[in-house]
Amino acid sequence: MSYTTTAHHDAHEDHPSGIMRWLTTTNHKDIGTMYLIFALIMFMVGGSMIMLVRAELFQPGMQLVQPEFFNQLIGVHALIMIFMALMPAATGFANWMLPLQIGAPDMALPRLNNWGFWLLPPAAILLTLPYILALFGIGDGAIATGWTFYAPLSVQGGIGVDFAIFAVHLLGISSVMGSINVIVTIFNMRAPGMTLMKMPMFAWGWLITAFLLIATIPVLAGAVTMLLTDRHFGTHFFDAAGGGDPIMFQHLFWFFGHPEVYILLLPVWGFMPQILQTFARKPMYGYKVQVYSLWAIGALSVVVWAHHFFTVGMPVPALLYFMYSTMAISIPLAVLFYCWIATIWRGSMSFETPMLFAVGWIILFGIGGLTGLVLADVAADAQYHHTYFVVAHFHYTLFAGGIMGIMAGVYYWLPKMTGHMYNEKLGKLHFWLTAISFNLTFIPQFFLGLAGMPRRIPDYALQFSEFNMISSIAAFVLGAAQLLFVYNIISCARGGKKATDQVWEGAQGLEWTLPSPPPYHSFTEQPVVK
Amino acid sequence: MVMQWIKKTGMFLVLAFASFAVNAEYAWNFPKPVTPMALDTLHVHNKFMLITMILFVVVLAIMIYSIVNHRKSRNYQAATFTGPKTRPQVLWTLVPFAILLYIDFILMGIPAYHSVVMMEDTKNNADMVIKVNGSQWRWSYEYMDGDAQGIKFVSNLTTPQEQITNEAEKGEHYLLEVDNPLVLPVDKKVRILLTASDVIHNWWVPAFGASRDAIPGFLRETWVKVEEEGTYRGQCKELCGKGHGYMPVVVKAVPQEEFDVWVADQKQQMAANTAGADKEWTKDELMALGKDVYTKNCAVCHQVSGAGLPPAFPALTGSKLVAEPNLDSDGKLLKDSHLDRVLNGKGVMPAWKATLSDSDIAAVVTYERNALGNAVGDVLQPAQVKALR
Repeated sequence: MSYTTTAHHDAHEDHPSGIMRWLTTTNHKDIGTMYLIFALIMFMVGGSMIMLVRAELFQPGMQLVQPEFFNQLIGVHALIMIFMALMPAATGFANWMLPLQIGAPDMALPRLNNWGFWLLPPAAILLTLPYILALFGIGDGAIATGWTFYAPLSVQGGIGVDFAIFAVHLLGISSVMGSINVIVTIFNMRAPGMTLMKMPMFAWGWLITAFLLIATIPVLAGAVTMLLTDRHFGTHFFDAAGGGDPIMFQHLFWFFGHPEVYILLLPVWGFMPQILQTFARKPMYGYKVQVYSLWAIGALSVVVWAHHFFTVGMPVPALLYFMYSTMAISIPLAVLFYCWIATIWRGSMSFETPMLFAVGWIILFGIGGLTGLVLADVAADAQYHHTYFVVAHFHYTLFAGGIMGIMAGVYYWLPKMTGHMYNEKLGKLHFWLTAISFNLTFIPQFFLGLAGMPRRIPDYALQFSEFNMISSIAAFVLGAAQLLFVYNIISCARGGKKATDQVWEGAQGLEWTLPSPPPYHSFTEQPVVK
Repeated sequence: MVMQWIKKTGMFLVLAFASFAVNAEYAWNFPKPVTPMALDTLHVHNKFMLITMILFVVVLAIMIYSIVNHRKSRNYQAATFTGPKTRPQVLWTLVPFAILLYIDFILMGIPAYHSVVMMEDTKNNADMVIKVNGSQWRWSYEYMDGDAQGIKFVSNLTTPQEQITNEAEKGEHYLLEVDNPLVLPVDKKVRILLTASDVIHNWWVPAFGASRDAIPGFLRETWVKVEEEGTYRGQCKELCGKGHGYMPVVVKAVPQEEFDVWVADQKQQMAANTAGADKEWTKDELMALGKDVYTKNCAVCHQVSGAGLPPAFPALTGSKLVAEPNLDSDGKLLKDSHLDRVLNGKGVMPAWKATLSDSDIAAVVTYERNALGNAVGDVLQPAQVKALR
């Protein structure tokens, strides 16, 4: 692909300053920045909660917290990491990079965009407020059901559940707004000559994510609303005594919950091949087949949900269907892995921080994928289900596959966004500390799960002591290493070596044709893609 | 205050190191299987793990080769291919996916099919049926047929609170010990029906490979056939509130003869209990039994002191409800009285009439009214409870 740009840089730069700039902004870069900062803050908040959990699990016995509070920590940790760290980070990249990558001056619906972001802070406050209220003797703290809201435990819970339900409503509205914006932008605002099959892979990843969000978020919103009416208005959707069914909640929840996994990962699968081709200095392998695989995974993701609760008891045909359909996802996913590895194969690689994260991501996410394949087996799943094996598995997919992917993206685009190079040494140190301590945290958890330690327990039998101790120590290192990440981002935003327009030697795509940082209004005249 | 804290922390550290030294044993895989299902599960698991590890190592080796050799610092010139070009290349590209399809649906898919069918075959050739009920936070068991029919009991955690709060050394089976384990004969196929009285629980013993949710208002089932004598331990596996970590499953598998003796023993005890319900109890007898029943069943929520954990679990000490009379002048149960609450439950409070005997209920109610800082003064007789059933 080649591009011709006639971008003028004399556009008006005037906008309100100070707090009003950020409250009223409809500029995609400002909003993208806010999303990313919000995600980073919540990543640290959710991370601190789990540090407390790991400290409690350092040894058997109850040391630091009470079981009630422990249950609140694990559930809120998950809700924060999923809805307020990973999703906003991906949306932040979409806001920043989609218009730049497809040659659009901004997102298609700027006001909706502003509103979409400003729903997030109230949602974060709603979710965590019950902690503070409890200090003043109001209610008994935040939601303590885990992030899954399973009825009837959630029907029984305190005001934390209500707060979490409303937080999820706000987050859902925000996600749907963001998704509509992405779809409209991609379909209407691509530069002339950029056909769908010439789009950057990141746009494809996000397009499918957006469709999945619009398809599944309303189901979640409906399910938690039914929960709300069960709690307060005497309905019996999930109460057998009134003709309802607690398992229906699980079906509704995971009809959203499984696609959600791909919602978190598809944007990463989008930009990761771009990072790989940049640092391998070699064009992306199998563009078309990657696009088809993304669609196949998106489609399969909405028909496999019940593998999250095989042990509730299902008819044999249902078990078999959900097992085989889950295994089927491994095929398109393997195609993606094949393409990623084929992209770096016989390239001319260099290993700056984004590439380190990208390569580490392929390997670690591979472990997440393979253990997922094992989990699909219904019979073995009876043993894995709800143990630390599952905890380790989904941290390989969501921390390694999600967060570490996002980190690759941050290091990749940070020079473009700030105009400065980050500290490469610190970046590499951050990668190695993260990768090593991550493995030391979660490999012991595989063994804990196999040996029979259930998840979500505040205290455990003595045979699990050693692995928990190793896991906790590694988790503290993992947590501390993220302070380097924050420091590196802040110092990069403040100054540092000037970044060139192209930033990376092998970088290709419209965003690298703009100055670093790009002007406040970019592509005021459309570039043409040949 | 500070001194106490230092003492407590010091004690805790000493105990922590002691426990570390005693329990330096690692477990890397599933526990030794003792049922056909667990054996099957272990085979499936080992096979699958091996396959995925081979896949992982092969792919990792390819990546490492590439990372080492295809470097700019080695002046490796980047190729430009973006896909297979010739027909043989296309065919070669398809090979890994053909292998994966074979692994998914043949190599693993077919054994998995047989495992699932076996796992769900709960009814055929079942020798006996038991019912398991999960409630916050204990399991209770009931034998549904055969000689053992009618035997039922509650199985409570026996680990002392001091061990949990690090004030005493932790025992060998810390958190995995109960007062009344489920007793099963070996080599008998036992069909297990599961339900729950409040929220969803999951009955799980790793050595059995059996794990099934207990769902309030529904019956679910699984089965076990223990092939080796021994005591097997597991836990509730579905988050069920603050006591989730404190509802272990303990199963004792014994030879048939021993099981028969146990059944006869239980039957005798049941008969004694029924007889006990008809006799007149002294207040001291009731208070002694009541304290025992209270500690086992009630103290998790209402606390040993009776202070409760408001607002979820109200205090019994000074409770208005406890101070009110239980029965009207005709001996009829008053609605929303103390006894009504214990018998029939409300909201989070379980209905105890299903699990406790008449003597237990009479004793615990008497205890709650005359201890824990309360002094209502009245005595409830087992016979009175029996009459209300």
